[in-house]
Amino acid sequence: MHIPDGFIDVPTSAAFVGLSAIGVGAALKGARTQLDDKTAPLAGLTAVFIFAVQMLNFPVVAGTSGHLIGAALAAVLVGPWAATLALTVVLLMQAFLFADGGLTALGLSVFNMSIISVWVGYAVFLLIKKILPKNKSSVAIAASIAAAISVPAAAFGFWIQYVIGATGTFSDSAVFTSMIGIHVLIGIGEAIITGLTVTAVLASRSDLVFGWKNNQKVLEIKNV
Amino acid sequence: MSKNRKFYIGGFIVSLFLAGVVSFYASSSPDGLEKVAGDIGFIETAKDHTYADGVLADYGVKGIENERASVGVAGVIGVIGTAVIAGVFFKIIARKPEKTKR
Repeated sequence: MHIPDGFIDVPTSAAFVGLSAIGVGAALKGARTQLDDKTAPLAGLTAVFIFAVQMLNFPVVAGTSGHLIGAALAAVLVGPWAATLALTVVLLMQAFLFADGGLTALGLSVFNMSIISVWVGYAVFLLIKKILPKNKSSVAIAASIAAAISVPAAAFGFWIQYVIGATGTFSDSAVFTSMIGIHVLIGIGEAIITGLTVTAVLASRSDLVFGWKNNQKVLEIKNV
Repeated sequence: MSKNRKFYIGGFIVSLFLAGVVSFYASSSPDGLEKVAGDIGFIETAKDHTYADGVLADYGVKGIENERASVGVAGVIGVIGTAVIAGVFFKIIARKPEKTKR
């Protein structure tokens, strides 16, 4: 969902650079409270893994592909603040080094994937985790459902931007239906990759996983 | 610490493998947004990327003819580059001033 230059007009793109700057600025502050010497390397590895997996487009329906965004995955692994930063680092690398995602559209893409997708994913994760039993499989299941919803959430972000500032004159409602429809399908792939990855990390280093640590803290308090 | 090391080296190698080898087998169909833009018609409003002629544009290395090698090397460069930048960046973010250390 890397937006090329030209889809959205310059004033709208500029406004979203501002909004994204506010969001990333807040994340810079917030991540300081959520990261420490022990978890910082995981945030780095999360960015690396997301970069790698974003190269792996999987077929969705005839003639369409999708790839991981990784927003819910990152939020569960390293917390939402660091997730916003990890996604932003990946998007910057892709735009400047690999010509993937327009430079003037960076504010738009960062807003959709580093901010909306991360925070919607994290909110869904917390919600689902609350209603499931407190164990590792629940964390993986909650992460998968969060991932499934985080993808159409990013598509919704694009739609808002399209409604505000599309340079084309095509019907808003047609864009809505197609964008959400296709990204609900891509969300299934996102859910599978996220669930498998969270399961693998929980199996080897659950002590590093943000979405699991919080769980344990709650348990510790209850036990005391 | 060795368990820690193993985990990070393992994760890095998996990422290298995915970006360097598996990426060749990725679908080359348009992604969701491109597909929608094409179907509805606003794909025409897209402009060429500023760095469309860059050395690594579209995840290929300019000058490497073999497609498998081209995307693989681009992927490896991306993974190493992201590791360096994100690694240093998050290390700085996580650094606590001495005063606030409890």
